[in-house]
Amino acid sequence: MLLASLLVASFVIFGALYLAPGNPISALSGGRALPASSLRVLEQRYHLNQPFLAQYWYWLENALHGNFGISITLQENVSAVIGARMWTTGGLVLYAALIILVVGIGSGIIAALRPGLADTSVLVSTAVSAAVPSFVAAIVLILMFSVKLGWFPALGNGTSFISNVRHFTLPAIALAVSSLAIVARVTRAAVREEADREHVQTAISRGIPARQMVRRHILRNAAIPITTVSGITIASLIAVAAVVETAFSLNGLGAYLVQAAASKDLAVVQGISLVLVAAFVLINAVVDVLYAVLDPRVTLGSRAQ
Amino acid sequence: MSAAIGVSARRARSAARGGAVGLLRGTGNPGLVSAAVIAVAVALAVIGPLLAPYNPDLPNLSLAWVGPAGGHLLGFDFEGRDVLSRLLAGAQSSMLGPLAVVAGAMALGTVVAIVAAWRQGAADTVISAGLDILFAFPGLLLAVLAAAIFGAGLTSATVALAIAYMPYVARVMRGAALKERGQPYVAALEVQGVPATSICLKHIVPNMLPLIVAQATIMFGWAMVDLAAISFLGLGVQPPAPNWGVMISENQPGILQGYPLPALTAGLCIVSVVIAFNVLGERLFEQAQAARR
Repeated sequence: MLLASLLVASFVIFGALYLAPGNPISALSGGRALPASSLRVLEQRYHLNQPFLAQYWYWLENALHGNFGISITLQENVSAVIGARMWTTGGLVLYAALIILVVGIGSGIIAALRPGLADTSVLVSTAVSAAVPSFVAAIVLILMFSVKLGWFPALGNGTSFISNVRHFTLPAIALAVSSLAIVARVTRAAVREEADREHVQTAISRGIPARQMVRRHILRNAAIPITTVSGITIASLIAVAAVVETAFSLNGLGAYLVQAAASKDLAVVQGISLVLVAAFVLINAVVDVLYAVLDPRVTLGSRAQ
Repeated sequence: MSAAIGVSARRARSAARGGAVGLLRGTGNPGLVSAAVIAVAVALAVIGPLLAPYNPDLPNLSLAWVGPAGGHLLGFDFEGRDVLSRLLAGAQSSMLGPLAVVAGAMALGTVVAIVAAWRQGAADTVISAGLDILFAFPGLLLAVLAAAIFGAGLTSATVALAIAYMPYVARVMRGAALKERGQPYVAALEVQGVPATSICLKHIVPNMLPLIVAQATIMFGWAMVDLAAISFLGLGVQPPAPNWGVMISENQPGILQGYPLPALTAGLCIVSVVIAFNVLGERLFEQAQAARR
């Protein structure tokens, strides 16, 4: 299933851009008229005289060997550019995922187990932050923490690990804001549902310490919905990262993809789209494996209804 | 059997007659407040351009980044245009885009779901597999791809998002449609020789209406965020056209220069409308789920 969806996705990406209006030759020549002999050389080099399926096959074969062609605007190897920028996007998504897991699940558990003020404040603040788009969060964070307080740099990447962490903090928060609200709300609902179940009431009446009860009887059972929503939201960050990278002028894959789309640099669009879709599908597959680890009743290969 | 048909018709009728008022009554105060915010936003989308006190497109560079002053309640943007006028005029494209996305995704998703649920078997398997593949494309990525192919603009972004949201609609609706398909009244109507399309349109869709409305409401919030993000990236609505997402991106330099008002007010418009749709949608969803049980 994983391979099938990747294959179809790659076909869709290649096919869609194959259909794009505009002639690849004129993009290569910059619109100049070329003599027939150079046209033939170019057609041969890029397999443009071959049927569509053959072109797709060349592209896919090269892509699997890590060769995505040449960026027309940068005159650089696309895979080199992807390799150089991958770490920015990966680091950003990882950092944001960490924030989502710690703050989102943490506040969800607190809200579920402490009705009253804590619960209400989590509910209200998540209702607001769920509606804050990443780029709005970005401008508010830059305004507060870079311009007013001067704690974090507003734009750009860092040079070392420590300075990268400083540079990525605001972008990661901006990326995490709305997703962590969703994770917090689902965690709260899941924990509350488990806490009301009979086996937990029994455990309370048997006098099992609260901490142990939460960990062993509530969280273990609530883990499935929490994992589902965390996986989905973290996977979706891969696409949203483009917005945050643009807002903070980070040199990540997404920001480059957007520039390439605007300048119709199709080799770059194809390459980065394929990498992003692959990462997206892969994270979802990891979540499926996690289900089986978390819940022995789930066997791999069975499909949830 | 006739009793079952009576129940179906009654449920459908009460949903249809109660309409918006009937659905809203059960959502409580937060739901009503959200509905009011949405009503204001819709009104602005319709008549906003007429309310704009100044020409939203008329630049005056000598007034760039000037704060609120005499009749200009929210001051001026980076080109010296009246911010309030641009917010009012921008409501139209900011609301119309998500509406088109939601309408497209709901129509496609519901039709696909009902076909899958009605036919079952091979059709259902093929549709479900197709949906699984579509799930591999995040909405934003599809919109960027569409911009690369068809050029930047609201139309390509809208079509791309409608396609990307379709599987989410179809998954929810397929479950509901399957349940409805198994109801005795459907079998009764089939035995009487009522054509499938008419059973679907006159009975199954009306009975799913509360769920459809709830799903559409929640999705409007997503669509607004995603479309504004695409416009922020420069691949959606093109400046100088007024739009809330565009206003944030073109006034972003003001944040660093200590003049954040134009970008922040546009952000506030987006956030308040999205909160309203989220809160109302969540409550409508709970209501629809409770009614189904």
